[in-house]
Amino acid sequence: MRDGFRVDLFEYQARDMFEAHGVPVLAGQTATTPEQAEQAAAEIGATSGGVTVVKAQVKTGGRGKAGGVKVAKSPQEAKERAAEILGMDIKGHTVGTVMIAQGADIKEEYYFSVLLDRANRSYLAMCSKEGGMEIEQLAVERPDALARVAVDPNVGIDEAKAKEIVDAAGFDAELGAKIAPVLQKLWDVYTGEDATLVEVNPLVQTGAGDIVALDGKVTLDANADFRHPDHAALEDTSATDPLEAKAKEKGLNYVKLDGQVGIIGNGAGLVMSTLDVVAYAGEQYDVKPANFLDIGGGANAQVMADGLDVILGDEQVKSVFVNVFGGITACDEVANGIKGALEILGDNAKKPLVVRLDGNAVEKGRAILNELNHPLVTQVDTMDGAAAKAAELAGSAK
Amino acid sequence: MSIFLNADSKIIVQGMTGGMGSKHTALMLDAGSTIVGGVNARKAGTTAEIGGKELPVFGTVKEAMEATGANVSVAFVPPAFAKDAAIEAIDAEIPLLVVITEGIPVKDSAEFYNYSIGKKTRIIGPNCPGIITPGESLAGITPHTIAGKGPIGLVSKSGTLTYQMMYELRDFGFTTAIGIGGDPVIGTTHIDALEAFEADPDTKAIVMIGEIGGDAEERAAAYIKEHVTKPVVGYVAGFTAPEGKTMGHAGAIVSGSSGTAAAKKEALEAAGVKVGKTPSETAELMREILRGS
Repeated sequence: MRDGFRVDLFEYQARDMFEAHGVPVLAGQTATTPEQAEQAAAEIGATSGGVTVVKAQVKTGGRGKAGGVKVAKSPQEAKERAAEILGMDIKGHTVGTVMIAQGADIKEEYYFSVLLDRANRSYLAMCSKEGGMEIEQLAVERPDALARVAVDPNVGIDEAKAKEIVDAAGFDAELGAKIAPVLQKLWDVYTGEDATLVEVNPLVQTGAGDIVALDGKVTLDANADFRHPDHAALEDTSATDPLEAKAKEKGLNYVKLDGQVGIIGNGAGLVMSTLDVVAYAGEQYDVKPANFLDIGGGANAQVMADGLDVILGDEQVKSVFVNVFGGITACDEVANGIKGALEILGDNAKKPLVVRLDGNAVEKGRAILNELNHPLVTQVDTMDGAAAKAAELAGSAK
Repeated sequence: MSIFLNADSKIIVQGMTGGMGSKHTALMLDAGSTIVGGVNARKAGTTAEIGGKELPVFGTVKEAMEATGANVSVAFVPPAFAKDAAIEAIDAEIPLLVVITEGIPVKDSAEFYNYSIGKKTRIIGPNCPGIITPGESLAGITPHTIAGKGPIGLVSKSGTLTYQMMYELRDFGFTTAIGIGGDPVIGTTHIDALEAFEADPDTKAIVMIGEIGGDAEERAAAYIKEHVTKPVVGYVAGFTAPEGKTMGHAGAIVSGSSGTAAAKKEALEAAGVKVGKTPSETAELMREILRGS
């Protein structure tokens, strides 16, 4: 998933990224059909006594319990297992891809992650000798078993820090010495790829004594895409809501919600606040906000038209509330934006618009809309009053 | 009085000659700010005419400080260069650095913020509207015409909600209003601002605006309970935000059960902060306090 700020990777993408940074991983190939799975299992199984694991690629936990991970002893079995798993619904995620992974001889399972620690404005490494289970569960049930070690962003996980982490997790010297270099490699992934989360669960020791990252989770910071041209290709667009995809194409900051009152505003905080105010006002009409849309400072006719176009494309929407506080943006520009948008959209604009303008050049802005005297546009002077009006209009149109 | 910024502040602008930089340098001059120059290594030694003033351009923050006595820098540099600009300002030991830039990778912010620890620079931002002490100085992009001087201190994660709240309370006015930014890693926090407002004799009451994501508001609530004697009124945005979706600010996200607006409101109320359901109700709570005192 990507929402403009974070990109969560699939397991196979994390695996590939780990491999590129020298983290030990098992062979793995993706398949979207049972036949591909059979082919992949034939290639990969050749290196692991014929045994492979068919793993659903979904961005949610608990897929093992849901039946999304199956062992296959032959390519034929891998094909059968893939046929079962592909198309499966796991917590609302439909499986479109499986990864055929080399079978592993697991002796022990551990846990490791490094992530952004907002509270301390720093990074945090977490490590445990008890891997495999959901980490939230471990943190609650056996907090002492989960070592938490602060990582200085300007130092990272160097040799000394890696040793500190494995010691804190309680690994003995011999095992710790094997794991520590892997943690340094995982740090390379974290810092080198501009991740905000790198998690390995489980990190395993094989029967042969090798340390291997068996399953990985990576979240990337999309603000850093400018130095990672390859990251754009990692985005999964198939799961994106079509309206969100359309908004993204037009460079709009839009989140689809489940409601009837379309929202356009300037500034993330004000738009969030607008959603809340509409939700309160909507209680008596049984309507809710339909979306988050922040047009930022660019309230010209085209941006406004693009925003309205996306919102009016949402069939649930019955009214639209345009809430702008002119800070740097002047209200006359916004009013002209609305006027221009209505011209661009023409007969496609059919739903009532409630507009509240305040701040910079408000008199001019209101005058432009008064003069326009458009049958769909109602001006209300206050945010609360406008929210009530938009909710009422949506309620009566339901 | 005010916090962090006053009429004596001498401001330089990193990225002054860029589009955003020159536009807002002119607006800061309009607001009465003392702008003493800009920094751009490629244009060192030249001057730039902005808002009818001939402003010198220096090669480094250090040179600018030596030549002008500047004690505040406002950075408008693009995201890719923001970290270097911040490190340069920190190394020059400028007392206050306001980073307006939006879209800085969190790795870069984490690096320059941690680099600043134990050094002499207070950082506001990034991804923030900056700070205004009405009638005295503006270091940032907050419109200076919204509200004048008065008894209220304001600290907010959001720019437009800062403007909205200043507008709602323009009948009283502000000592200082700070937008601290909505990124996951920021320099000055709610707590830093609360501490400064508590110590500022002219600030009679404080408005604190938060939003979903992280636990800064919960921490601020704990701080208020222990250390703040002045009345605090709160507002939190994002009650209707769905889990797992980032709402416009990189840090504005509810993850699982953490970072919700409801939890923040509850923590603030438990600390004795009156929390409004809407910006206008919040402003009304503040008015009641100021009329009563």
